[in-house]
Amino acid sequence: MTTIKAIEANLLTKRFGSFTAVDAITFDVQQGEIFGFLGANGAGKTTAIKMLIGLSRPTDGQAKVAGFDVYRQTEQIKNHIGYMSQRFSLYEDLTVKQNIRFYGGIYGLSRREIKTKTEEIVSNLELRDYSNKVVGALPLGWKQRLAFAVAGVHDPKIIFLDEPTGGVDPATRRQFWEMIYAAANQGVTIFVTTHYMDEAEYCDRISIMVDGKIEALDSPRNLKIQFEAKSMDDVFIKLARA
Amino acid sequence: MSAVKIENISKSFDTVLALAQVSFDVLKGELFGLIGPDGAGKTTMFKILTTLLMPDQGKAYVEGFHTVKDYKKIRRIIGYMPGKFSLYQDLTVEENLNFFATIFNTSIKENYHLIADIYGQLEPFKKRRAGNLSGGMKQKLALSCALIHEPKVLFLDEPTTGVDAVSRAEFWEMLGRLKAKGITIVVSTPYMDEASLCERIALIQTGKILSIDTPEHITNAYHKPLYAVRSDDFFRLMKELRGQHFAERVEPFGEYLHLTTKDQITEHEIHQYIQSQGHSTIELSAIEATIEDVFLDLMQAN
Repeated sequence: MTTIKAIEANLLTKRFGSFTAVDAITFDVQQGEIFGFLGANGAGKTTAIKMLIGLSRPTDGQAKVAGFDVYRQTEQIKNHIGYMSQRFSLYEDLTVKQNIRFYGGIYGLSRREIKTKTEEIVSNLELRDYSNKVVGALPLGWKQRLAFAVAGVHDPKIIFLDEPTGGVDPATRRQFWEMIYAAANQGVTIFVTTHYMDEAEYCDRISIMVDGKIEALDSPRNLKIQFEAKSMDDVFIKLARA
Repeated sequence: MSAVKIENISKSFDTVLALAQVSFDVLKGELFGLIGPDGAGKTTMFKILTTLLMPDQGKAYVEGFHTVKDYKKIRRIIGYMPGKFSLYQDLTVEENLNFFATIFNTSIKENYHLIADIYGQLEPFKKRRAGNLSGGMKQKLALSCALIHEPKVLFLDEPTTGVDAVSRAEFWEMLGRLKAKGITIVVSTPYMDEASLCERIALIQTGKILSIDTPEHITNAYHKPLYAVRSDDFFRLMKELRGQHFAERVEPFGEYLHLTTKDQITEHEIHQYIQSQGHSTIELSAIEATIEDVFLDLMQAN
């Protein structure tokens, strides 16, 4: 039993000139937790994530991700996290296998490890017949699941999902979320941003950012009680319109 | 008379059947929703109705005009907001709107009443290039441009995709006000929760219409026993229920699982089963189906 939290942020702040994009946010994420990071467009989510994954140096405050400091240990952070986004994740003109090999290589896996991982991913996702097909030819739902698997190719402790599942049908979307549950069940921490409030309800806890500040943080159920709202959509609208 | 009439439309791209003998009508002044995921055929349908694509088979009419023979007439009386942002990124907000007004022989001034409450929010940024707007503002500008010539029928292809919940709610309020002005609106969305905001909807999947009716009728027609259930070990509960003979479908719906049962099992018996598996803080209650439950059911049946 380890006491290291997956993410700890304390008064984390980012200013651009006179504009405060992220305003002293404080929160923890437990290991194995599915944490939803919500906010309207322009609320500061992307800036906050960039600080957490070591791409942007904070102006003030502290944060640790997988036990590593966001000022001094950004390379270690990058090695211990996975990242997937709807906009960019896989190379469409590479095959399934080539994508896995490419990301495995980037993360410094050995040939043998890459081979094992490729087997594992292809068989878990039932992609055996498609492993030599270019990713661009796969249905969107398959691509999303493959992207999630590839984001975990180096067995990271935390996976960041940036709006992972736009557009797919409700059944495909659930298959994706079931992969997330399974990963969280194995102790992987999931940090997810989404505009879909039904996805927000799949999270263990949610934070909602408004104008650079975290204005609410709790389980979906408690937030609904706290804001006297029927759905997460209502909670979100009440906060963001206030 | 119908504002839109679709008779047995089929369309293929190479070997992919995008639309398979689709027929439906949209009444004048109706707010009609085409609900389905990516790849269902929604955009192909819009392109046929807006005269940008010819069907392989079947006929379609907009305000009585044939989409192939009378395409020029249709183009004058419809507004179209494509799924992909299609305004001129390097023109300003005002220049884009002026451009669309001018090609339809009108002016911003003449039809300002139609767009006042939408464009009003954009006016502080009217000198900004369209490419530099946020997602929500691009969407409002695209709607303004689609409305500036006072169309009879408005076609909106996934106007709320990628837009945050607040902008989505505002957008649907706007559609309600446009409908009140007598404009027929055909709108597509992958969000099942937006279906209930339409008067009638067509559920569409892989080119086929699964169901067409009012959202209430569609959900009321779900006759299978349906429960919302949860416990403190959600993932394990899901897997266990799936292995049970009485479970037809078990799907996560936010913080609950939706359980559709067969084999005449009572609520009490389900509860006993869950308890016997060692779960605690069990919640179980019979619920009414949502559009998404129906969609999942129809997908499985097809």
